[in-house]
Amino acid sequence: MSNAVAHAEAHGHAEHHTALQHHFETMQQQKEASTLGMWVFLLTEVLFFGGLFMAYLLYRTWYFEAFAEASRTIAIAPGAINTAVLIGSSLTMALGVRAAQTNQRTATVRWLIATIFLGLVFLGVKVYEYADKFEHHHVPGANFISESPWAAQEQIFFSLYFTMTGLHALHMIVGVAIMSVITWMAAKGRFDEHYYTPVEMAGLYWHFVDLVWIYLFPLLYLVERHN
Amino acid sequence: MSGHVSPKSLYYSIFGALMVLTAITVFAAYVNLGNLNAPVALAIATFKATLVVLFFMHVKYSSRLTKLVVATSLFFLVILLGEMMMDYASRGMGVVLPALQ
Amino acid sequence: MLDTLKLPERHYLNNGHGLKSWLLTKDHKRIAIMYLISISAMFLLGGLFAAAVRVELMTPEGDLFLADNYNKMFTMHGVVMVFFFLIPSTPAVLGNFLIPPMIGAKDLAFPRINLLSLYIFWVGAAFFFYALFAGGVDTGWTFYTPFSSFASNTNVVPTALGAFISGFSSILTGLNFIVTIHRMRAPGLTWFRLPLFVWAHYATSLIQVLGTPVVAITIIMVFVERAFGFGIFDPTRGGDPVLFQHLFWFYSHPAVYIMILPAMGVISEVVSTFSRKTIFGYSFVAFSSLAIAVFGFIVWAHHMFVAGISTYSAMVFSFLSFSVAIPSAVKTFNWAATLYKGAISFETPMLYAYGFFGLFLIGGLTGLFLATLGVDVHVHDTYFVVAHFHYIMVGGAIMGYLGGLHFWWPKLVGRMYSEFLSRISAILVFVGFNLTFFPQFILGYMGMPRRYHAYPDEFQVLNIMSSAGAGVLGIGYLLPVIYFLWSLKYGEVAGPNPWGASGLEWQIPSPPPTENFKEQPVVHGEPYEYTPHVAREANLV
Repeated sequence: MSNAVAHAEAHGHAEHHTALQHHFETMQQQKEASTLGMWVFLLTEVLFFGGLFMAYLLYRTWYFEAFAEASRTIAIAPGAINTAVLIGSSLTMALGVRAAQTNQRTATVRWLIATIFLGLVFLGVKVYEYADKFEHHHVPGANFISESPWAAQEQIFFSLYFTMTGLHALHMIVGVAIMSVITWMAAKGRFDEHYYTPVEMAGLYWHFVDLVWIYLFPLLYLVERHN
Repeated sequence: MSGHVSPKSLYYSIFGALMVLTAITVFAAYVNLGNLNAPVALAIATFKATLVVLFFMHVKYSSRLTKLVVATSLFFLVILLGEMMMDYASRGMGVVLPALQ
Repeated sequence: MLDTLKLPERHYLNNGHGLKSWLLTKDHKRIAIMYLISISAMFLLGGLFAAAVRVELMTPEGDLFLADNYNKMFTMHGVVMVFFFLIPSTPAVLGNFLIPPMIGAKDLAFPRINLLSLYIFWVGAAFFFYALFAGGVDTGWTFYTPFSSFASNTNVVPTALGAFISGFSSILTGLNFIVTIHRMRAPGLTWFRLPLFVWAHYATSLIQVLGTPVVAITIIMVFVERAFGFGIFDPTRGGDPVLFQHLFWFYSHPAVYIMILPAMGVISEVVSTFSRKTIFGYSFVAFSSLAIAVFGFIVWAHHMFVAGISTYSAMVFSFLSFSVAIPSAVKTFNWAATLYKGAISFETPMLYAYGFFGLFLIGGLTGLFLATLGVDVHVHDTYFVVAHFHYIMVGGAIMGYLGGLHFWWPKLVGRMYSEFLSRISAILVFVGFNLTFFPQFILGYMGMPRRYHAYPDEFQVLNIMSSAGAGVLGIGYLLPVIYFLWSLKYGEVAGPNPWGASGLEWQIPSPPPTENFKEQPVVHGEPYEYTPHVAREANLV
């Protein structure tokens, strides 16, 4: 058993978990600090993406026709698939955290690997989508061509499309990297029912990235599809 | 010292709901709801987001402080979007004070 | 009777030697010292750019620099001073050092993130240095589009990225402080027993985490436009340059409260110590810090009154800008009431506090002039604005920072500096500052535009006064470098509490041990208990 006990003996003082950092008095305090820290970080992310949503809000109001037309050129299927994939990855993530909470090491690792896999599927679909955009000359500044009377403002739509989904994809890549580390830690038996905070924190980050996509999908893919 | 452990069935139910809502979002986009298309899409997205936040992110079972952090982020996002649109929405509006004309 | 005091044998400065022990430290105190050195270097650099500006402006002709190069001088002065000096200053140095001892903790909640924020600051500064050596940047620190996103042929991208990166340093500091203050207070230390310095930093941290991300994403939007040819602010594609201004000022207005709130926190500590009296209206001062933080977020478009925003929204922003002055006034009245019937003395930290009162008052009141729509139409983009914000940022924020540095220096290094030289320096700073910036109010009122390197002859006398004042100010700023460094070796040993001040940080040795406290303190009393008993213990009577 216990790494924790051996650690305490080595310290020669009151028994405490191996993972307790010494500027904290208790594991509870450490967990509460980590949790608050992650939530405050997510708060910064809300404002970070928020600036882009603000730009989107303004220009969609000003140039609705351009936005509608540009949005219609984006294939819905990959977007819808990706939405399902990401929601699925949130499910596997939540189940992974639950497995860690209940001290099921193998299940934790399996769910985390599933989450990473789904994240990679998402990124793969995005690569396909981006390549498609380049082919169709929808990349502002690179090779943008459009016959539409709203070609200029369509560039604004696509600039926002690439910036928003690009920033989101960057967050996914970071998320996959973080998940890989957490999976490795889980495989090494670092977590138990008293200490699974890193899994939970990584989970919060992952769900947040899913949340952003939940808004990006209708705003970018479904501006006006009923004509 | 564990946090709240949700049953697996809850997670599967939420997942199911999210998938259904996604499908509704797509279908609703093909229906002409006039001015309501955007609000409907955003309302569904917000409902989905709420489910993720409350259940996947455990905010329903979290401390008051966590809930306050979530509320604060939304509050300031609303200020950003709202007060900025206040400018754009009122461009060209008539002004009451003659001295400023 | 004071026995000869001795430095503690083991303290944070000698606990581990060598570069690695500093560069890989998790000790918030060492990180604070490294920030101190870093931002002092940036302040010197920013001061050199200011010197370039003031020397050029001694003559009406633009004869020292070409117009484009003059643009680079004031731009880089602003970028360095705002992003690499003022925003970190008090929080990264004094906040980092003092918040854990003030709340009875061994360190901040996330020591490694603290170190990371320092590294990130260095990386951001490196980007700026690259931009500098590659030829500088001329967009103004405000980076307005479409000049910054399209037309400027200077090093906008590295400068903007430098500012972007340094923003993350600020965010991480704020995040760390918020979690620390919520979760690491010693037993018995309720929120309303916290020193007001801590309240001020809590409010500051709220602004850092809420506002900085918005300017970060705005810089990203300029970056993608410039680097990839995207069109978000490009008017030829339907983009709106005013959108940039909205997004930019959404952060940059609250940013000025990031700069002033910590200084106000310092003032609360200094004023109570050197009037030997508890702060009048403690909870009002505490709540006013929060009010400033929140209100600061809803007034930003007062920077844009003449940019083309709607008259209706201009009126709303003007009205709200008046209201944000109220919590600042509350603090000022409370400090004055603290002084009233206190046992006042004139040590150097207190001299800086007095200077702060006068200069912040003028700066704040002239802010109301600018919030007034009718006045702003005339003085926007003139030297009136320049004078206003320097009164607040230099006369307020920097005086607070220097006052804090002088107040807590004995705690940081265990030794006292020369009281005589420090008083001279404080007076030089005050006199030099007023000589530099008061004429600028008059110049602006008379119509001299900002960011111009040439001006009509009738403005020359005031400009010469301003440049002369800048010279005096510079000397005032250089003196502390000398006597602080001197004190490291030759200063009188300070002991734990040379000022007889209240607060947990004064009950640990100077310099403190790495872990701050041998055992976690338990707090029973109220803050700022200045009683005769305490004074006797501190050998002040």
